[in-house]
Amino acid sequence: MLEPLNQLEEEARAALEAAADPGALAAWRTTYLGRRGKVTEAVKALATLPAAERPAYGRRVNEIKEALEAAYEARAEALRQASLAQAWVADQVDVTLPGRPIRPGRLHPSTQTLREIYRIFAEMGFQVYRSRDVETDEMNFTLLNMPPHHPARDMWDTFYTTRPGVILRTHTSPGQIRAMRDYCPEPIRVILPGMCYRYEQITARSEIMFNQVEGLAVGRNITMANLKGTIVDFARRMFGEGRRVRFRASHFPFTEPSAEVDMDCILCGGKGCRVCKYTGWLEIMGSGMVHPVVLKNGGYDPDVYSGFAFGMGPERIAMLKHGIEDIRYFWANDLRFLQQFG
Amino acid sequence: MKVPISWLKEYVEIPIPLEPLAERLTMAGLEVAAIERIGDWWDRDRIVVGEVVEVRPHPNADRLVLARVAYGGPEVEECVTGAPNLFPYKGRGRVSLKVAFAMEGAELYDGHQEGFVKTRLKPTKIRGVPSRAMVCSEKELGLSEDHEGILILPDDAPVGVPLADYLGDAVLDLDLTPNLARCLSVIGVAREVAALTGGRLRYPDTSWRTEGPPAADLARVQIADPELCARYIATLIRGVQIGPSPYWMQSRLRKAGMRPINNVVDITNYVMLEWGQPLHAFDYDKLVARAGGDIPTIIVRRARPGETMTTLDGIARTFTEDTLLICDTAGPIAVAGVMGGLETEIDDGTRNILLEAANFDFISIRRTTQALKLPSEASLRFGKGIHPALAEPAARRASELMRVLAQGTLAQGMVDAYPRPAAPVVISLTTSEVERNLGLSFSLAEIAGFLEPLEFRCEPVAADTLRVTVPDHRLDCQYPADLIEEIARVYGYDRIPVIELADRLPPQRANRALELEEKVRDVLVGCGLQEVITYSLTHPAREAALIPGQGGEAQPPAYVTIANPISPERVVMRRSLLASVLEAAAANLRFQPRVTIFEVGKVFIPAPDAELPDEPRRLAIVMTGPRQDRHWLASAEPDLDFFDLKGVVEALLERLHVTGACYEPADHPSFQPGRTARLRLGETEIGFLGEVHPRVREAFDLPERRVAAADLDLEALLSRVPPGWRVEPISVYPAVLQDLAVVVAEEVPAARVRDLILEAGGFLLKEARLFDVYRGEPVPPGKKSLAYALTFQAPDKTLHEAIVARQVQRIVQRLRQEVGAELRG
Repeated sequence: MLEPLNQLEEEARAALEAAADPGALAAWRTTYLGRRGKVTEAVKALATLPAAERPAYGRRVNEIKEALEAAYEARAEALRQASLAQAWVADQVDVTLPGRPIRPGRLHPSTQTLREIYRIFAEMGFQVYRSRDVETDEMNFTLLNMPPHHPARDMWDTFYTTRPGVILRTHTSPGQIRAMRDYCPEPIRVILPGMCYRYEQITARSEIMFNQVEGLAVGRNITMANLKGTIVDFARRMFGEGRRVRFRASHFPFTEPSAEVDMDCILCGGKGCRVCKYTGWLEIMGSGMVHPVVLKNGGYDPDVYSGFAFGMGPERIAMLKHGIEDIRYFWANDLRFLQQFG
Repeated sequence: MKVPISWLKEYVEIPIPLEPLAERLTMAGLEVAAIERIGDWWDRDRIVVGEVVEVRPHPNADRLVLARVAYGGPEVEECVTGAPNLFPYKGRGRVSLKVAFAMEGAELYDGHQEGFVKTRLKPTKIRGVPSRAMVCSEKELGLSEDHEGILILPDDAPVGVPLADYLGDAVLDLDLTPNLARCLSVIGVAREVAALTGGRLRYPDTSWRTEGPPAADLARVQIADPELCARYIATLIRGVQIGPSPYWMQSRLRKAGMRPINNVVDITNYVMLEWGQPLHAFDYDKLVARAGGDIPTIIVRRARPGETMTTLDGIARTFTEDTLLICDTAGPIAVAGVMGGLETEIDDGTRNILLEAANFDFISIRRTTQALKLPSEASLRFGKGIHPALAEPAARRASELMRVLAQGTLAQGMVDAYPRPAAPVVISLTTSEVERNLGLSFSLAEIAGFLEPLEFRCEPVAADTLRVTVPDHRLDCQYPADLIEEIARVYGYDRIPVIELADRLPPQRANRALELEEKVRDVLVGCGLQEVITYSLTHPAREAALIPGQGGEAQPPAYVTIANPISPERVVMRRSLLASVLEAAAANLRFQPRVTIFEVGKVFIPAPDAELPDEPRRLAIVMTGPRQDRHWLASAEPDLDFFDLKGVVEALLERLHVTGACYEPADHPSFQPGRTARLRLGETEIGFLGEVHPRVREAFDLPERRVAAADLDLEALLSRVPPGWRVEPISVYPAVLQDLAVVVAEEVPAARVRDLILEAGGFLLKEARLFDVYRGEPVPPGKKSLAYALTFQAPDKTLHEAIVARQVQRIVQRLRQEVGAELRG
C-alpha cells in the first residue's frame, strides 16, 4: 500500500536531481508539489482510503512531502550558488594588478616639519609669531646686543641690501624684539618660524636660505632649569622617548648664559658615526637665557623679568630624521625627492 | 686655537686624563673640535731617543753614510743613511747627535713614497752593508712632510727613552666663540683648565734682566689718537743674533699651527700664543736711520688720506683715514695690529730691536683687517679685544726670551705710553639673582668658590651680595648675567635640573594669517597638488621673462637688491612667485610628464616711503602634462588645461567659504589670449589664471603643450574669508530634478546664463549644474546649446510638478528676454 508512495518519492528525487536550471526546477515544483502536483494528489488520496490504512499512509505521505520540500529548497539554493559562482568566475580579476591611481598632493617637507614643531610647542602653550624676512640691521643685530662692528657679528654671514641699514635677516631672532614690543608687559611664550638668509656658498651642507624656528618665553619666573625642561620635552616628542639631551656652554650675544643643545646621535645611538662626526652627539639647537640688554630692548625690566630663547633648523631636523645628506634637495623641488614624504 | 697639551701643562696641572679633559672643556664652551695626537702610534720598544756617536763613510757609496747609534744599552747599532744633515759629521770621529732611532720591526711612514704610507722596518743590505735600524726623518715619524734630512733632537734629549714619551704630544683644536677671545692663548686655556678641573695654575716667569741705558733714552712714543690706541709699550733689545729658534720653541709653534721663521719673530709669535698679546719687532737701526740718526719716535696715528706703505708681504698699500698706523717721523712703519712694514722688518743682519706691545681699538682693527683683506693671527686677537694690562707682562716675557735665546741685551725699563688706563669692572651679584636665572640656590661662599678659580675677586658686602671684581683678561663680563654664566659653566650645565615651565601662561592668541595659509596648503594638497618652496632670491631677468616682448623700454620694477650677492643668479628678492614655480615645473618636466605644483610664499615689494619693503604673500599654481598617467586602467585623456586649474581654484574658494568670485576674460602678457581669466572678488582683483603664453613657455624652457598657471594675491584672497559660516538645514522633502537645454549666441558667457537661471529660479532652485555644451547640427552656426541639470527643492513641503513647471517657464522667459535664449527642442 505504501509502495506507490515510495516509488513516487524516488521518482521525484530523481527528477529533482535532473533539474539543472531555474526553469526545470520550477517545472519540477509544479509537477510534484504544485496544487495539482503528484505529491499533492497523493495527499488528497488519503481521504479515499479505508480508515485502517489512513494513519500509516498519512504519516508516510506527509513525511515525503516535507522531505521533498526540503530537498527542493536545498536544490534551489545549490542552483543559485552555482549560478552565482558561474557569474563570479566571469567577473573575477587579477588582484595583483595595480589599483586605480590616486595622485595625492603633498606638503613640502619643510612645511611638514614646521607643522610638527608648531604642534608640539602648541601643547606647551607656545604660539606662532611671524615677522618679516627683510629686516633692519638694528633689529637683526644692534637690539640683540650686537652693536655695529661687534665681533659676534662675524658669526653670521650677512646679505646686505643696497639700502643702508637693511639686510636679509640672518636668523629669526629679530622677531624676539618685535614680539616683546608687541606683547610687553604680558608674559610671552611664542615660537618664531621663518626663512633666514646667510651669505654662504651653497653646498651639500650649507644653504643661502633656510627656515629657522626660534622659541621665546618671557615671564617673572623663568629659569635655565625651565629652558632645559622645555627643550628636553621637545626633543623627546620630536625624536622619540628616551633621547639623551645635553646642554653645553656656548655663546650667543643675545643670551646669557648660552647653551648649545646636543642630542645623542639618532643614527648610531651615541656610539659614534660619520653623521655625528664620531662624537656620539648631534647639535640640534642653540639656546640660552635672554640677555638683559635684549629684554630691556624689548621693553621688559630685566630685574623683574627673565626669559629663555632657543633656535633650531627645521631642514636640519628633517635631514637628521630622514637621513637626507644634501640640504640642496629642499629648494631644488625635485618631485622625486618631495614625493618621498608622506 | 691649537693648544699642545705639553705646552699647556707648563702652566697648569691637569689632574684628569685627556679624554675627560676634552669633554669638560667642550661642556664649558671651549669646544674641542679635534684632538690631534702626535706619536701615539710610535712603538715604545722600537722607536727611542738615540745618540749618533760616529758617522762613517759608506764603503761603496758616496751619497750614503754609516751612522753608529747608541740607544741606552751597551750595544751600538750601525745603520746606513743618506741623510744630508749627517754628512758634515762624516769621519769626524766621536760626535753626539740626538736622533729618533727606529729598530727592526718598528712601523714608520715610508719617507720615499708620496703622502703618508706606513711600512714596517725590515733588515736589509744597502750597497753591500747590512742595516736593520734607522735614524728617522720628520716625515717617517709623521711630524711633518720634511724628508730632507733626519730629525736632530735637542742635546739634552734622554737617550734610550721611548720617543713617544719625549716627543709625543696631543694638540687640542679648540673652536672658540667670540666671547672666548681670552682663550686665544695657552695661558687663557690654562686658566679655564685650572677652574674646571681644580688643577693648580702656574704663570710663566715675567722677570727680566735689564742693563745699560734706559729704554726711554733710546726711543720715544707718542699716541696721537688715544681713542684707537689705549697703550703702547716699547722695549729695546740690543745686540741680538738672528738665527733659528731652539727646537722646543719651533716644535711648539708648529704644533700650534705657526711656521717658525727666526728666533726674534718666533719669540714674538710664541709670546702671543702664550699670553694672547700680539707683538711686533722693528729693526731699531732702520728706525734710527729713518730718523736721520736721531732717537726714533714712534707715533701712533690715523693715516692721512692716500698715505702709502709697503707691508711685509711686499704689497704697496694705500690707506684711508680709518686706518690706524704706527709711524715714525718719516712716515708709516706698520699697520697697527695688522701687519708690519717691509722697510723696518727684521732681517738676518738685524742687531737691535724695538719691540712693540700695544693695545688697539678692536673695531678699528676689524675695519682695517676687512678693508685690507689681511687677516692675521695678530689682527684676529686684536679684533676681538684685548685688555691693555696684558701688554706689560708680554713685553717683559718676550724681551727676556730675546735676551736668553737671541743673546740680546735689554735696555732698562720700557717706554710705556698709557693714556687711557682701563678702569676695573665691578659687578654686584646677589644670591637671589643667581637663583632667579638658574633655578638653583647657592650660598655666597659657593658662588665665590665658582668664580675665584677664574680669578674673579669676590668680596661679600651684604648677607646676600657679592662685590665681584672682573680680572683684566676678561673683557666679556659686564652684567650679573655674565657672572651667572660663569657659575653655570664651572658648576656644570649638565647639573642644572630639568624642570617644566611653571610660569603664568600668557594670553593665548589666534594666528589667523597662519591658520588660513595652512588651510590653503591643505586644500591644494587635497586637490592633488604638490607643494614646492623656491628661493626668495632671484634675478630680475627671470621675472621679466614673464612679460615677453617688453624689451628694454619699460621701466623695470623696483626690487630689494642684494648688495653682496653670492651668485649672479640671485641678486634681488623676488616680486613674483610664478616665475620660480614655472622654473620648478620646467626642471621637473625633464623627468616626468605631469607636474601639478603650488607655492605659498612671500614676495618683496619696495615701498616708496618706507625703509622696509612690503612682504605680501602670494599663491602660484602650475599644472601641466597628461591628465592621467599611462596606466592599464586609464584611457588616453587630453592634457591638463585651463579648466583643471579653474576647478582647483573653485575648490579652494569653496573650501575657504569665499563667495562672489567673478572670472572675466582678460588679457595678460604672461598668458595665452582667449584662455585667460582675471579673478575678481567684488571690486578686488585677486589675480590671473590661464594657460601660459607660448613665448613665456619658451622663455622658461617649458615643453610645447598646455601649461595652466595661476598667480594670485593671497592677502587679498584671505581677507575675503568670512570669520564663520552657518550650515543650511537638509530638507526632508524630495527634490525635483529637471534638465533644461537652451540655445544662446556664442558670445553669451556661460556664467551669465547661470546667473540668470539662479535669479529666475528663486529660492526653490537649489542648483543649476551645466552638464553639456553643444555646438553643431541642429544648433545653428554662431550659437551653442547649454544644458543644465536643475534641482528644485522646498524646505517645508513636497513640490508639486506644476510649481516646478512654472519656475522653469519663468527661467526660460527670463533667458529669452535677457540673452535671446531659445529652448532647445
